[in-house]
Amino acid sequence: MTGYEGANLAIALINVVLLGLLFVSAIAIARMRSLFAIVMLSGIYSLISATWFVALDAVDVAFTEAAVGAGISTALLLGAMLLTSRTAKPEKGKSTIIPLFVVIATGCMLVYATIDLPAFGDPDSPANTYVGTDYIERTPQEIGVPNIVTAVLASYRGFDTLGEVGVVFSAALAVILLLGFGERSLSATIGRKKGGRDG
Amino acid sequence: MIGAAAIGLIVAIGLMLIRALSGPTLYDRVLAMNSLGTKIVLFIGVLGFVLGRPDFLDISVLYALINFVSTIAILKFFRYRSFQVPLMRRTMPQRRSQSGGDDA
Repeated sequence: MTGYEGANLAIALINVVLLGLLFVSAIAIARMRSLFAIVMLSGIYSLISATWFVALDAVDVAFTEAAVGAGISTALLLGAMLLTSRTAKPEKGKSTIIPLFVVIATGCMLVYATIDLPAFGDPDSPANTYVGTDYIERTPQEIGVPNIVTAVLASYRGFDTLGEVGVVFSAALAVILLLGFGERSLSATIGRKKGGRDG
Repeated sequence: MIGAAAIGLIVAIGLMLIRALSGPTLYDRVLAMNSLGTKIVLFIGVLGFVLGRPDFLDISVLYALINFVSTIAILKFFRYRSFQVPLMRRTMPQRRSQSGGDDA
């Protein structure tokens, strides 16, 4: 970690504050019944978690989270909300003990698994010793791109990324063909059935 | 000085979150989300200086673009109840007047 003296303390404080904001918004998403508020809050959750990823130096993950979580999925959830009602039905008589127990047990297992992980930014960890040093040494001569993650994704694994782009494109094309556009789209059909308020 | 700016932005993010949680109408929540996105953009800009590496300013500019586009998309959705309507129209249809949509 480069920077000044109190940088580690500042990082710890920022992580705690951002995780606290994420906790508050997640609890609110679980407790609320208005679907529109839930969609807005999930967008806010994605923005805050993207900021947290930036604070953890995972800039590419943060950018994906902001573009997909806060941008696309908010629009998709709004489009899905058009097909359903505006509020969730209140659940009565369902036991909440078993889901709570499952969630707590999963969380305990995840925390137990993190004990074996190397420390954050540890130079002796396996990720930073074998292949990583090789990429760091050879990228400036072989590729000439300052960001090594970009070099790995777009050049060393260029065919892999091209295949992923093809998969995502065909999936989007299939969804568009199924849902349709304009007059013949699914939402327009349902809106016409509801009384023609949507063209 | 930069730490004070970061703390102030965190407080502003918390206030926006409270407004998004308790906002009575739909537009309160949309405004809270837009404003929270702006505060996030500023916070990412400040964060680089807090950590001593101001390399991520371009990321915050990209966040500003995403925030703007998603706010426009949400507002357009609640104006027309659909994403498939162009923003500019030459002729105004009649049903525009009744699709206000202010229930949250």
